[in-house]
Amino acid sequence: MTQPIRSRAAEATGAAMGPAVPQELREPIIQTRQVEKFYAQPDGHRIEVIAPTDLAVYPGQLVALLGPSGSGKSTLLRMLSGLASPSAGEVLWHGRPLDGALPNVSIVFQSFALFPWLTVLANVEAPLQARGVGAVERRKRALKILDTVGLDGFETAYPKELSGGMKQRVGFARALVVEPEVLFMDEPFSALDVLTAENLRGELMELWLNRRIPTRAIFLVTHNIEESVLLADRVIVLGRNPGRIRADFAVTLPQPRDRKAKRFFEHVDHIYKVLTQPEVEHAPPRFGAAGAAAVKTRVAATALPHARPGGIAGLLEILLDRGGADDLYHLADELVMEVDDLLPIVDAAVLLDFIRLSEGDVAITPEGRAFAEADILTRKEVFRRAALAHVPLLQQISKALRAKSDRAMPDDFFYDVLEEHFSEEEAQRQLETAIHWGRYAELFDYDANTGRLFQPET
Amino acid sequence: MERPVFGTAVLSGRLSERVLSRLAEVLVCCGVLALFYGVITVAGTWLGPFTPAAAISRSPAALPRYAAYSLLRIAVAYVLSLAFAIGYGYLAAYRPRAERVMIPLLDILQSIPVLSFLPGVMLAMIALVPRSQLGVELGAILLIFTGQVWNMAFSFYSSVKSIPRELRESARVYRFSAWQRFVQLELPYAAIGLVWNSMMSVAGGWFFLMACEMFVLGARDFRLPGLGSYLQTAASAGDTRAVVWGLAAMVGVIVLLDQLVWRPVIAWADKFKMEQVDGGGTSGSALLDLLRRSRVLALVKRRAAAPLGERLLLFASRRGTARETPPPSPLRIWSGRAVGVAALALTAYGVWRAALVMAALTAPKLQQILWGAGATFLRVVVALVLGAAWTIPVGVAIGLSPRLARLAQPLVQIAASVPATALFPVVLLALARLGASFSAPVVLMLLGTQWYILFNVIAGAMAIPSDLKEAASVFRFRRAERWRVLILPGIFPYLVTGMVTAAGGAWNASIIAEYFHFKDHTLAATGLGAIISQATDRGDFDQLLVATAVMATAVVATNRLVWRRLYRLAETRYKLEG
Repeated sequence: MTQPIRSRAAEATGAAMGPAVPQELREPIIQTRQVEKFYAQPDGHRIEVIAPTDLAVYPGQLVALLGPSGSGKSTLLRMLSGLASPSAGEVLWHGRPLDGALPNVSIVFQSFALFPWLTVLANVEAPLQARGVGAVERRKRALKILDTVGLDGFETAYPKELSGGMKQRVGFARALVVEPEVLFMDEPFSALDVLTAENLRGELMELWLNRRIPTRAIFLVTHNIEESVLLADRVIVLGRNPGRIRADFAVTLPQPRDRKAKRFFEHVDHIYKVLTQPEVEHAPPRFGAAGAAAVKTRVAATALPHARPGGIAGLLEILLDRGGADDLYHLADELVMEVDDLLPIVDAAVLLDFIRLSEGDVAITPEGRAFAEADILTRKEVFRRAALAHVPLLQQISKALRAKSDRAMPDDFFYDVLEEHFSEEEAQRQLETAIHWGRYAELFDYDANTGRLFQPET
Repeated sequence: MERPVFGTAVLSGRLSERVLSRLAEVLVCCGVLALFYGVITVAGTWLGPFTPAAAISRSPAALPRYAAYSLLRIAVAYVLSLAFAIGYGYLAAYRPRAERVMIPLLDILQSIPVLSFLPGVMLAMIALVPRSQLGVELGAILLIFTGQVWNMAFSFYSSVKSIPRELRESARVYRFSAWQRFVQLELPYAAIGLVWNSMMSVAGGWFFLMACEMFVLGARDFRLPGLGSYLQTAASAGDTRAVVWGLAAMVGVIVLLDQLVWRPVIAWADKFKMEQVDGGGTSGSALLDLLRRSRVLALVKRRAAAPLGERLLLFASRRGTARETPPPSPLRIWSGRAVGVAALALTAYGVWRAALVMAALTAPKLQQILWGAGATFLRVVVALVLGAAWTIPVGVAIGLSPRLARLAQPLVQIAASVPATALFPVVLLALARLGASFSAPVVLMLLGTQWYILFNVIAGAMAIPSDLKEAASVFRFRRAERWRVLILPGIFPYLVTGMVTAAGGAWNASIIAEYFHFKDHTLAATGLGAIISQATDRGDFDQLLVATAVMATAVVATNRLVWRRLYRLAETRYKLEG
């Protein structure tokens, strides 16, 4: 499955790959050696964002990095491009460590990141100014690249006068004007509407496949599975908690690719399978021998997926309509949902044992069926039973509340426990989700003014 | 891009472009000439010998000159403040270790009532530059500077800190030099905040300037020729005609400043908005449009400013790329440590000496200071309550009625723009005729502080979403319910903001409000402000130190104990998200 070397020319003509070049003979542009990103907590714990990772980007490749939110895609991109330095390990460019130097790269951002007070032309000229290119040469190169991306006549416009698609064209022009060796793209099409995104993808591929830009490799971060199969020579799938590579395979379909082709569909389906395979939980960090610590560890061992009970019910109802089982890709397609939105709901339903997953196929369980078919009040009852049976955090909270004579505890207590396993932000989100689920299941309530969780008298 | 604004839009239809651009030319040249003349003249007197008890003319013909003097002081202090604010904010934003000290310090410096330094600063500056007028002038400028610099520094700092991550990364990945990052990212991003804070600062600057210009300490007369001293002299002499002239000049200067400086600057700063879509015409300035047509300015820009900017950018870019956190060189580390140690040592020494002074203070003196603090505190509270009592109903009425708002807003703005200190002598004159009483300081405090509350209440009432108002009428809320459920919670965050500013202003005002020189005698009330002024007058620096420290403590303590909590409440419970 791992066959990461593909030449651009071969892709462009759709020709079959020649005799495989032994990997060690081709020098990678970027290579990472056990790069790792973690944040040290004040108490010495580490929140790991990216587990030690080895990865290489070869010339001529368009690599897509795919993963659910929270898998550290953007963090990995920033380490590869030299914007962020790894906590441990090394990033090598042409065999040499970066050490804080900036390689010749560009980044296209999801939010465009244009300077709103500069005209289109000035935005594109700014990187050249930074490299000390004189005014005449600068203007010439900027106008040429604006012409290439189809922005003729918009030189004096300000970004706010442009549509989203046009803004991203300026983003591409600014990125390409410095003739980067590697072009990084951080979800460049996510902020655009479907048609505009499709149009821009096509134009980018036209530039890349016909070698109209001197860029030697493209590294694309995305959460859109179809996009990755549509564009990339190689797809890397990241898992989360902490981020790590779960799959890395070549896409050998000829360009331009047909979304309706059977092999295209097989690739997409395969990625869905990889993404929904149960992840091997890494052992949580160890504590002292105290019993309380063991409890804490268990609480946080399972992260709550950030889904709402209403969303779970919706998913189950649709599943029921389709006979209780379906292919995940079909389901996502039907719902017009991206992985980022769908996966947490699926994860939550799996955690509650409402559905079971195997090989990208979803099947509803008897509990799930009961939940989907129940009326509002019974639903809460079913949810409460499932939550108490399968969600350690909720079990722990309601146990702790029951143990207190006033049946109330400050949220800070649980927040502190969670913070030992999650980043500050994630701990906050975990608690918010737990409170939402707990309220829905009527396990406990929360007073936002005093910041206390409590069990109301019944 | 140019937005047609009333005058030019109508004119440009009929008059040719050439006439308009000629007009702009003439305007620009005249402006430059007048400015040049003004600076030369004033500089002459500043470097001249010190004239104690300057004779202040009451003739209206002297007013333009006095206005120019006052304006120049404001301008110099403002330019200094701007430079310092940017430097301070930049350092705090990029040096995490310095940040930990600089930001809390800013918070404290912001809450210290600047006027408590007025007597001390004046005496020190005169001692420093004894024989020249420059000493007193420097004192006034320094005081205005300390009054206006902190909020600007904080604004710049927080703007730099809140630059979106991806913009910052763009600058880094495209290898911007520190200078390019400053002119193309940080300064533009901070521009709008700086402009609004500059307006606030300059308005506050007038308040301090008026106080400086009419400053008399017992028998010693430090008055500076300017609008403040004119008003004071006129009021002392009971010359109503001159008072009216002086006030008219004051309002005129402020309105002109608004039209000729702030409006164009705000319209110009429009392009620094971070919005991704065009929000439509928000502000326009006929003057700015006229200036944009000017060929002289265009020529200067093309021939001088643009090439100079280009040179600087290229020079900086050849020197290297900016880093988010610059690698510490040994020299920098050691000089940083040296500065830190020196600052620590100085602070420790200062605290030790101050402690000695406080320990030596006799019980009666201490008691007097505490009594004074209590009296002033009471006055501040009364002034705030009185201010809130009339501004809440009036502000809500204005804010809820667009028709009334259109009528009242300009009037309120003009009334508020007159610095309260300029009105002190006038009000005292009126109160003296009624028989000046103990409550005079409260009236003076109220004068300066009520506007902050009024403005904020109006803004709050305007911000109440119309669907909430409609819901209130659908459910047929009675008047009391309407106020309790809708209006009061709606304006609460704004009210808190207004009251905080007002409280700070009231403490500040106490120093001149409780101790005022009027018609050859001094009006002194029991209060901390009066104690500070008297202590300086007598040269009793121990008492001055303790009294100032007590006042600063009182302000910081109320900020922490009362206002910050209310802020938090306002932010969590009464925030209208939309």
